[in-house]
Amino acid sequence: MEYFFELLFSGLTRGSIYALIALGYTMVYGIIGLINFAHGEMFMIGAFTALIASSVLSIYHLPLPAILVLAGLAAAVWAGAYGFTVERLAYRPLRGAPRLAPLISAIGMSIFLQNYVLLAQTADFVPFPSLIPEFAFLEPYSAIINSSSLTILAVSTLVMTALTLLILYTRTGKAMRATAQDQKMALLVGINVDRIISFTFVTGSALAAIGGLLIASHIGQINFAIGFIAGIKAFTAAVLGGIGSIPGAVLGSFILGLTEAFATGYISSDYEDLFAFALLVLILIFRPAGLLGKATAEKV
Amino acid sequence: MKSPPMLTNKDVRHAVLTGFWFMFLTFPLLVIKVNPTEQTVTWRWANMLWVGGVSAVIALACRLVATRRAGRAELLRQMPAQTTHELHPFALPSRDRLIPLFGVIALFFIVFPFVFSAYQVNIMTTALMYVILGLGLNIVVGFAGLLNLGYVAFYAVGAYTYGLLHFHFGLGFWAALPIGGLLGALFGVMLGFPVLRLRGDYLAIVTLGFGEIIRLILENWREFSQGPSGIANIARPGLFGIDMSLEHSLVYQYYLTIAIALLTIFVVNRLRDSRIGRAWFALREDDIACQAMGIDTTAAKLTAFALGAAWAGMAGVLFAAKTTFINPASFTFMESAIILCIVVLGGMGSIIGVVAAALILMLLPEYLRAVAEYRMLAFGAILVVMMIVRPRGLTSQTRRIYHLPH
Amino acid sequence: MHPLLTVSGLTMDFGGIRALDQVDLRILPEKIVALIGPNGAGKTTLFNCLTGMYRPTGGHMALTPPGLPERRLHGLPPYRITAAGLARTFQNIRLFPNMTVLENVMVGRHCRTTAKVFGAIFRPAATVREEQETVDRCLALLERIGLVDQANEYAQNLPYGAQRRLEIARALATSPKLLLLDEPAAGMNPQETVELENLILSIREDGLSILLIEHDMKLVMRLSDHIFVMDYGRMIAEGTPDEVRRHPAVIRAYLGEVEADA
Repeated sequence: MEYFFELLFSGLTRGSIYALIALGYTMVYGIIGLINFAHGEMFMIGAFTALIASSVLSIYHLPLPAILVLAGLAAAVWAGAYGFTVERLAYRPLRGAPRLAPLISAIGMSIFLQNYVLLAQTADFVPFPSLIPEFAFLEPYSAIINSSSLTILAVSTLVMTALTLLILYTRTGKAMRATAQDQKMALLVGINVDRIISFTFVTGSALAAIGGLLIASHIGQINFAIGFIAGIKAFTAAVLGGIGSIPGAVLGSFILGLTEAFATGYISSDYEDLFAFALLVLILIFRPAGLLGKATAEKV
Repeated sequence: MKSPPMLTNKDVRHAVLTGFWFMFLTFPLLVIKVNPTEQTVTWRWANMLWVGGVSAVIALACRLVATRRAGRAELLRQMPAQTTHELHPFALPSRDRLIPLFGVIALFFIVFPFVFSAYQVNIMTTALMYVILGLGLNIVVGFAGLLNLGYVAFYAVGAYTYGLLHFHFGLGFWAALPIGGLLGALFGVMLGFPVLRLRGDYLAIVTLGFGEIIRLILENWREFSQGPSGIANIARPGLFGIDMSLEHSLVYQYYLTIAIALLTIFVVNRLRDSRIGRAWFALREDDIACQAMGIDTTAAKLTAFALGAAWAGMAGVLFAAKTTFINPASFTFMESAIILCIVVLGGMGSIIGVVAAALILMLLPEYLRAVAEYRMLAFGAILVVMMIVRPRGLTSQTRRIYHLPH
Repeated sequence: MHPLLTVSGLTMDFGGIRALDQVDLRILPEKIVALIGPNGAGKTTLFNCLTGMYRPTGGHMALTPPGLPERRLHGLPPYRITAAGLARTFQNIRLFPNMTVLENVMVGRHCRTTAKVFGAIFRPAATVREEQETVDRCLALLERIGLVDQANEYAQNLPYGAQRRLEIARALATSPKLLLLDEPAAGMNPQETVELENLILSIREDGLSILLIEHDMKLVMRLSDHIFVMDYGRMIAEGTPDEVRRHPAVIRAYLGEVEADA
């Protein structure tokens, strides 16, 4: 039973990280219908920025919680800036181009950013400091959940709630929903669509960066390629829930996280990544609209 | 009439701001380098200046090009409408003028092994294998417009077909070559069937997933594939049982690869100008109109997948024979991305373009050591820039010209 | 005479919306038949059902070329419907822009030719003959629509009117028995419309039937042997141009209730 709970929390932790990344995929897809292939790299860049920030800050012997907050802020700001720049350089010139052009451009961006970090930093795995403090009150339950898992769950719940409130109740959120429904019409009623799209990329990237920081601190090491697998898995989660749907992305992420945790825990850990890929292929083939998405027919 | 392109203060300000933006953007990753194990931090301020300067210059150059283009468009609008035919800067000359050029190229490739070292021959053989792979993927992506991001899976199928058949049954290269092609085609159809209904970008992701699944299976199913340690001591291609020195064998493989590459060019060229080729292009251009014209799009897609995968399968056999050792690490997504880059750079659908792009992209990093380090960085940038500047590739795509009776 | 096309009880639902409601339609051989109705009446939906682009929710469709057995159409995929003898053009032109004009028409021959991969690679005599025949036939079609000089031009470089004609030539290349034209005169100038009219008449001369959706009422009245009128997904009237012009339901549909009473 203890093992079950251990797996359960491990699945929830994974799921909330996937959710932080999947939200970016789903928001961008909802608004411009693009699979932002470079989104996983925002996760990776966030992790690296957090590593750099925390290393620099630890020279000044700041307390751990302060380092955590500042590193998280730096990760979010810079990943947001990268998201903004990537959209401006690689996607905006391609609006109205044939469907595959932005996808190929996105793949190019992803390869570029991975190798940029490889060249600017290192090709090896680097150890990531444990930024999350140990909570004493968790001591009795240490076999099933540790403090970093708990922090990840808490932070991602907080962030996701904030995002939901933003989308439901703010002017920007309303403009985002309008743009997602009908870009031309949104433009006509005076919404600055370009700014909304930029905002979406910045927000999505910042969320992914926070996910990057949390998981890096949890696992303890990073390299330039971590964005690829994490990105694919989060994309799988977004598609599973119905891409374009925000609750769908969260639901899909938790399903994927739990499936992975239980499958590796009870079946075999050799094929950890295979579950996600197989799930991805199966959903796209049998229910491309996902769990909460709605099917759209192509207009003749 | 021609006024010099003007750069306004606004352009300069924009360039300076762009420079500062990129200095800010690249600050943590490019300037600071930490060594977490030794707790040391290196500051590389020179990088910041470089980034700022280079990005400002690029921004200025982009503005310059944009103003000039706008000026030219304005000029065209003022002129009478007769100049609608825009000359393509890379447009190919007519076939007759190309014949001497082809002669020179053929001669170069024939004498290559006698002039250059074994090392160079080896590199050229690799580049030629990418010609085969590029042309194969070109059938799927360039002709039929189906973005396949898991093409490397079929390459792996071919390589492991030969590797395993040789390991278990001692099968030779020549027997494995057609089997590799057939198995590649079979896997192509296997992948093709379930994904037929999928839209462009979903198809791309599923093929990517498929490619990764194949690699993960090869990595983890040790009883079948010997896992990450791979299969070693695969026989090089034989020639009527003659014993060859390593050097001769390299030269032999070089000519063999040229022969298969030529065969690929021949077949792909014929396919392009055929009933099936036209169906593929129609599918790529507009799949609904394509169906309405009486084309079975299911069959057209499956044939494209199967034929494209068949070349990857054969290239895989060739690869296994050349390196004599294979393991799953050779078949990652990056490999698919490189092949896709060849097709995109060459101009989707253009045969000469793909051949040229394969040779350029594979040889350049080998001969320009400075480039080698930045190879993948450049590949990524090429994909982005090509999509924005010239989505149809370097060469203008040449459709067959039919002789008109008059 | 036995009708070429028989449609009965054709129904098409999109979710809760009924786009076509029990539509009946009969088209005799060698006739020009028009399908008219206000925007959103379901005309293009009917085309899409007839050509297999949509799978109708219910009803029957059958094609009976003179001297041949009846061929059931409902439930067939688009390419088999085209092969059975139904070809179409699109309201918003759907040519293959990066293929040449000639190749566009040659694509139309696909369902009447047979060369497979083997033929493509080895080019046996039969394939060479078939290709030559395809080219000849397609050039003849281009001659007919006056585009033979632009045969090697990319389709996207043609002016609008020529693109519309090319779409008709491409549809004709499939050797149809019935040609469906979706607003062929849309956006054409008077001169081009006259040329189009002559082209449509000459197609009927060849023994084909034509079903066209058209908003240019003068053209419809001049050209049609028979007219069907749709409104709200239903067939509300049919008859000769004169009958339809006087039909109260048609006047109501086009002018609204109040004006019809006045």
